[in-house]
Amino acid sequence: MNTTVVNTGTEGKTWGGGNEPLKASYGKMMMWFFIVSDALTFSGFLAAYGFSRFKFIGTWPIADEVFTHVPFLHGQELPMIYVAFMTFVLIMSSVTMVLAVDAGHHMKKSKVTFYMFLTIIGGLIFVGSQAWEWATFIQGDYGAVQTKGGNILQFVNAEGERVALRDFVVAEHSERTTHENKNGLWFVGESSLPTYTVEEVVKGLESHSDILVRTQTLDEHGHKTVLTREESLKALKTNGKMVVEGANLHVNEYGSPLFADFFFFITGFHGFHVFSGVVLNIIIFFNVILGTYERRGSYEMVEKVGLYWHFVDLVWVFVFTFFYLV
Amino acid sequence: MAHAHKLEILRGLVKFKSNTQKIWGVLVLLSIITAVEVVLGIYKPEMFMGKVIGMKLLNWIFIILTLVKAYYITWDFMHMRDETSGLRRAVVWTGVFLICYLAFILLTEGDYIQGVYSSGYIKSDF
Repeated sequence: MNTTVVNTGTEGKTWGGGNEPLKASYGKMMMWFFIVSDALTFSGFLAAYGFSRFKFIGTWPIADEVFTHVPFLHGQELPMIYVAFMTFVLIMSSVTMVLAVDAGHHMKKSKVTFYMFLTIIGGLIFVGSQAWEWATFIQGDYGAVQTKGGNILQFVNAEGERVALRDFVVAEHSERTTHENKNGLWFVGESSLPTYTVEEVVKGLESHSDILVRTQTLDEHGHKTVLTREESLKALKTNGKMVVEGANLHVNEYGSPLFADFFFFITGFHGFHVFSGVVLNIIIFFNVILGTYERRGSYEMVEKVGLYWHFVDLVWVFVFTFFYLV
Repeated sequence: MAHAHKLEILRGLVKFKSNTQKIWGVLVLLSIITAVEVVLGIYKPEMFMGKVIGMKLLNWIFIILTLVKAYYITWDFMHMRDETSGLRRAVVWTGVFLICYLAFILLTEGDYIQGVYSSGYIKSDF
């Protein structure tokens, strides 16, 4: 890095500047300290998630039941498989990154180029997977009814398997149309209405005697409580307020809206890190191709973005555990 | 730098001939740990369902495995193993201390609020 550092001419003396007691260059050390502060931001998010989860420990959604989808395998319940794949992709791209750093130490330009390229591809696959995961989560699966207290009522058959609203509810003609801002006050609008109304769900439940309501309350074995037939009808009639399909920042058909909020914020913040990591990698990739580091005589820039990239992987390991496993 | 890598992992149990080999070795280790986590997460064996210090044993296993993975990512992929002890302590001790502190405070508080809700002093579901 001699091209960027101004020498003071007093390098030999302890306090003369240019002394590196930690044997790391300025840039690398600052990348480490940035990583420390970023790690604290992420742990703030994850600890807040833990706070909310401990607060609602008896009703928190079970991640295994939420993330069960795998692309191209429609309708199959495969919990964790796709997240495990994403984790593996990210670890793999971490490996190609560290191989690029290693090749950089040996000043092998073509190898650095190749491994940087693979790293970028891995990052893109991960971001794409995350986008797909978001889309699936937002779109929802079975649909549910939200109660006046903000709880979620889901529907199961006699065997305890989930039943989608579309399988037993018939949508009737409704007088209520979506209120668009062009038809009234310009600042008052609403998002699209759910496919069904609560009254239609009640009718559907009454006409299908094998369907029961499942509440969010966890029993002592960690399973959600299923109500009896009478309790199901009573719970839906007295407390049902709104049909929920999918998840957003306000409602969440899988359970507590907080779960969706934290999912969007934590994986979103992480996905943003992956995205900016990919951008940084692309910049470095072109610098490698142009021979910038070959001329500089050091591939330390690859090492610095490498640190950032590994950090992104490191955070994902924790997100994976606390969101999908625990 | 290129010649200063420490090539042992698992306290010297496994030694590698070159840095590249060590990287692949660590990948194998991390993949095995992830596979174990996924299998445990899918099947949730009944034997790990007992409570240990307020949490399921399975969850403790997940957290410990995660910390093991984090250790190898930091030490081998981020080359923390090769840094001076001063830099290592400045980064690791600061982070670990503050994160433990924050997690302890927030989880204790969350647990307390859960207690207030469940003992019926405040109604949260109407």
